[in-house]
Amino acid sequence: MDTLNYINNGHGLASWLLTKDHKRIALLYLVSITFFFFLGGLFAFMIRLELLTPAGDVLTAENYNKMFTMHGVVMVFFFLIPSIPAVLGNFLIPIMIGAKDLAFPRLNLISWYIYVLGGIFTLVAALSGGVDTGWTFYTPYSTAAANSHVITAALGVFITGFSSILTGLNFIVTIHRMRAPGLTWFRLPLFVWAHYATSLVMILGTPVIAITVLLVAAERVLHMGIFDPALGGDPVLFQHLFWFYSHPAVYIMILPAMGVISEIVQAFARKNVFGYSFIAFSSLAIAIIGFLVWGHHIFVAGQSVYAGMLFSIISYIVAVPSAIKVFNWTATIYRGSISLDSPMLYAFGFLGLFTIGGLTGLFLAAMGLDIHMHDTYFVVAHFHYIMVGGAIMGYLGGLHYWWPKITGKLYSEPAAKLAAGLVFIGFNLTFFPQFLVGYLGMPRRYHMYPPEFQVFNVMSTLGATILSVGYLLPMFYFVHSIFRGKPSPADPWGAKGLEWEVPSPPPTENFAVTPIVTHGTHQYAPSKEVGVV
Amino acid sequence: MSDGYPQAPSVGLPGRVSIQAPGNPHDEQSSAHPHHPKLQHHFDDMGQQAEASTLGMWVFLVTEIMFFGGLFLAYLVYRTQNPMAFQEASAHLSWKLGAFNTAVLIFSSLTMALAVRSAQTSESRGTQVFWLVTTMILGATFLGVKVIEYSEKFAHNNVPGPNFVWDGQYPAGAEIFYSLYFCMTGLHALHMVIGLGIMTVIAIMAWRRQFNTEYFTPVEITGLYWHFVDIVWIFLFPLLYLIGRHYGGH
Amino acid sequence: MFTNFPFFPQQASAQAGQVDAIYFFMVAVTAFFSILIAGLVVYFAFKYRRRHRDEIGHAIHGSLALELLWTVIPFFITMVMFVWGAKVFFDMYRPPAGAMEIHVVGKQWMWKVQHMDGRREINELHVPVGRPVKLIMGSEDVLHSYYIPDFRVKADVIPGRYNVLWFTATRPGNYHLFCAEYCGTKHSGMIGTVTAMEPADFQAWLSGGRADESPVAAGEKLFADLTCNTCHLTDTQGRGPMLTNLFGKQVELQGGGTVTVDEAYIRESIVLPQAKVVAGFQPLMPTFQGLVTEEQLLQLIAYVRSLSQQGEAPGAAPQSPTMPQSSSRPVVEKK
Repeated sequence: MDTLNYINNGHGLASWLLTKDHKRIALLYLVSITFFFFLGGLFAFMIRLELLTPAGDVLTAENYNKMFTMHGVVMVFFFLIPSIPAVLGNFLIPIMIGAKDLAFPRLNLISWYIYVLGGIFTLVAALSGGVDTGWTFYTPYSTAAANSHVITAALGVFITGFSSILTGLNFIVTIHRMRAPGLTWFRLPLFVWAHYATSLVMILGTPVIAITVLLVAAERVLHMGIFDPALGGDPVLFQHLFWFYSHPAVYIMILPAMGVISEIVQAFARKNVFGYSFIAFSSLAIAIIGFLVWGHHIFVAGQSVYAGMLFSIISYIVAVPSAIKVFNWTATIYRGSISLDSPMLYAFGFLGLFTIGGLTGLFLAAMGLDIHMHDTYFVVAHFHYIMVGGAIMGYLGGLHYWWPKITGKLYSEPAAKLAAGLVFIGFNLTFFPQFLVGYLGMPRRYHMYPPEFQVFNVMSTLGATILSVGYLLPMFYFVHSIFRGKPSPADPWGAKGLEWEVPSPPPTENFAVTPIVTHGTHQYAPSKEVGVV
Repeated sequence: MSDGYPQAPSVGLPGRVSIQAPGNPHDEQSSAHPHHPKLQHHFDDMGQQAEASTLGMWVFLVTEIMFFGGLFLAYLVYRTQNPMAFQEASAHLSWKLGAFNTAVLIFSSLTMALAVRSAQTSESRGTQVFWLVTTMILGATFLGVKVIEYSEKFAHNNVPGPNFVWDGQYPAGAEIFYSLYFCMTGLHALHMVIGLGIMTVIAIMAWRRQFNTEYFTPVEITGLYWHFVDIVWIFLFPLLYLIGRHYGGH
Repeated sequence: MFTNFPFFPQQASAQAGQVDAIYFFMVAVTAFFSILIAGLVVYFAFKYRRRHRDEIGHAIHGSLALELLWTVIPFFITMVMFVWGAKVFFDMYRPPAGAMEIHVVGKQWMWKVQHMDGRREINELHVPVGRPVKLIMGSEDVLHSYYIPDFRVKADVIPGRYNVLWFTATRPGNYHLFCAEYCGTKHSGMIGTVTAMEPADFQAWLSGGRADESPVAAGEKLFADLTCNTCHLTDTQGRGPMLTNLFGKQVELQGGGTVTVDEAYIRESIVLPQAKVVAGFQPLMPTFQGLVTEEQLLQLIAYVRSLSQQGEAPGAAPQSPTMPQSSSRPVVEKK
């Protein structure tokens, strides 16, 4: 039993904290990201508790504002953006392309330390009194008015941005230069394509938010007039720079989840994906077009109507590749051999929730309608359908799918199915009412609200309670599986892909010899169209 | 999953890929040739390692372009909004010092290229270190001139903030100009300082005879970085020092 | 008014119906595709469920015809949405000529309103039904956003510029007013009530309260108090430009370029007088930043506008086509 693998190859804290093995670094990320996920979840739960009653009895207005700010900052920058790439991408990309490691293992470890350092800044900001600017740090409130720890939190975001940049850089170089012989671009798993597209967004977008946040800090500390109109600056310029990154950042969250879904759907339908190249190229299309839509966040800020029309039409165009993906996944399960294991349940949940999330995005891209919906709970519901319904469902699905590979242990499938069901039900109960209350006009970031909105908020809070049970359950059966789970064979699902060829858990060097790939990595049946060499 | 699938299905393709036995033709480079001491374990050969490092630096420079890009955009917006103020404020910068520094940096790019070449052609460690140190001296000269320029601005209270003083016609616009001036040139100077730090390490490595035709990637990617920093200045110099000098210039 | 638990907001403005029409179209599209995808997934999952352990799916690699189908159809549907959304936006963007103007100033955490006859309100807004109302809005501190859900209108209120919001109320009643852009601790307290009244009731309301001076009169007085009138004379002999009949015109700038004299340019000329100096004048004017409040700025602007409005309907200020809803920053065109 005790064959040498990456987990038992080296013991002691130092062997983990100084490791250059991408698989161990992925586990370091897993632990730290899980911490931030539950921290952000705690903030979210406080928000929901507060909104149970219209009068705002639980928290003071100031504390409530800090709660949603910290919730946004922690979830966006410290959970959603790194989640799938830094954990699953880190673990799987080298194995999926037949490499021993990422191109720059030391840089990979440094990225994790940078992430932790950024996280510490954010924790310090939270513990020393919090920030109340909203995760968007809009000026001039953030530079001139907010009386809270803006600089500490902004530095946390700035620092962790470099972790993201370096991870993206590492992935791009790895995918370009480290593929095994015979693994051509169009034989790559779609998970790798998705991460390639994600990395492009990371390296092109993140530096812009870094410089923007730095300018906010400079304005706040040194009173340089960049964004504050009292100093001659332009607050809307901040919004342009901020959304130039933060809209594509949504694609950093959702593209890897799409990659995970492509893998899961193929594995549990025992079938190669329908329209491989359309899915691959739609990832790139989303990444590139996604850089040209940021202006749809500021339709009502008084930008020129022609600029607004341009942003609106491009926002609609970027919806098309997402639609293509959804149709292709649906077509993939046609005439498959479908097994409803827990990862597949998450994938189906993703399909439904992402479809609703994507389609409600179309509402917000319609300029005339966005006037009414902007900054209401409709927006909140929409982006949670994408980020929670999409990205977190993808993350959890991927974690369940690859858990036996990562740990070498099998978890309790009935418990996992229960959790998947709870997450789906709890999620819809939390966020569907927010579409309704949003169209009624309830603005976001409201500590108190008119009493006629209460019934929707009570539903949301109830749903959030179910959702948090659904999120906590995997903690128990995952941890249980580590100690008591049955050992997993190399390929517990009967799935295809290089990662299922190596033992579970994989040895430190992944492959004893570099594999040679002779056909597409997800072929279940012989085919005329894809030649087998 | 307790009733999971212990084995891959028996139907379908037997293997997804063929993992070939050791000694296959693709693995020969690692067995036939001795490992270069600088070859990291996860690369197949020195060529792959060098290509990865170079591509990594290019990708990093792309992120740097986006980083400075945000500042260039802010410059563009505020110049359009305050054209007169920017001309007036720009006229208070010494174009002579700026032009001198431009020349220094362009020359340092030449010496950097020669340093790369000397490593690439396995020239003596003395030659390699000479070009590296010359580049560092030029870089330090640039920073020295920058210190002179900055201290002049500090002496006249032309540094944005509560104590900003401007005796021209457009104090508000001039303050924005100098905010951008200090952000842009400060960030550029920071990149120069980092470059000097890297070059110190590279020079020590060169002195220890670590670079030759087979292994000179560190020098090469340092060169890429240094050229990039120079190019940023090539854009900063006209934008900050030259445009609009015909108006009210000194 | 605010009883029960409504599931749909009231339609209380002329615009509301247009916005809701797109909304229902979108809801229909969303429902259709969500049910389609969910239905197919459930149907396939059942029909093609795994029958024995070693079963694999059929090798189907794709179909160009299908890919084109589900690329082109969504594309056309989204283009319909785009055109429709943009059209409604355009309609909601341009205030009609003759709209009743009201000044709104947002500050942490209240809405200060002044009607053209001088009547002031805080966190309330009284408007007549059936008549277009145009709000000219500025902020004293941070970003705010003026939002009346039952009218389906909203516009950000941004320090340093003026944004415009207009609507025509159609049903008398009280409606929620929210600040929709996060503005600090008591953001959720920056709310109020918009009261739409029959025109006769509105007139009665207007005459019922104690009205201050009208903004134009207050502006004229300020103009004298701040000694603006020593340079801006009523003829062309002054050290500053003559302001009569200036509003809405294009003027040449010193150093090249032109600018349209609108609310934003007048505001900038008062707080940052050196930013854009009219050609032929010296940059002599001192800044009034900090000396005049946002409300006083609006009064001064109203006064300057009134100098150009003899014989014109109030509120017929030319709208620059690039800035319909907002008159944001002046557009400087290169010669």
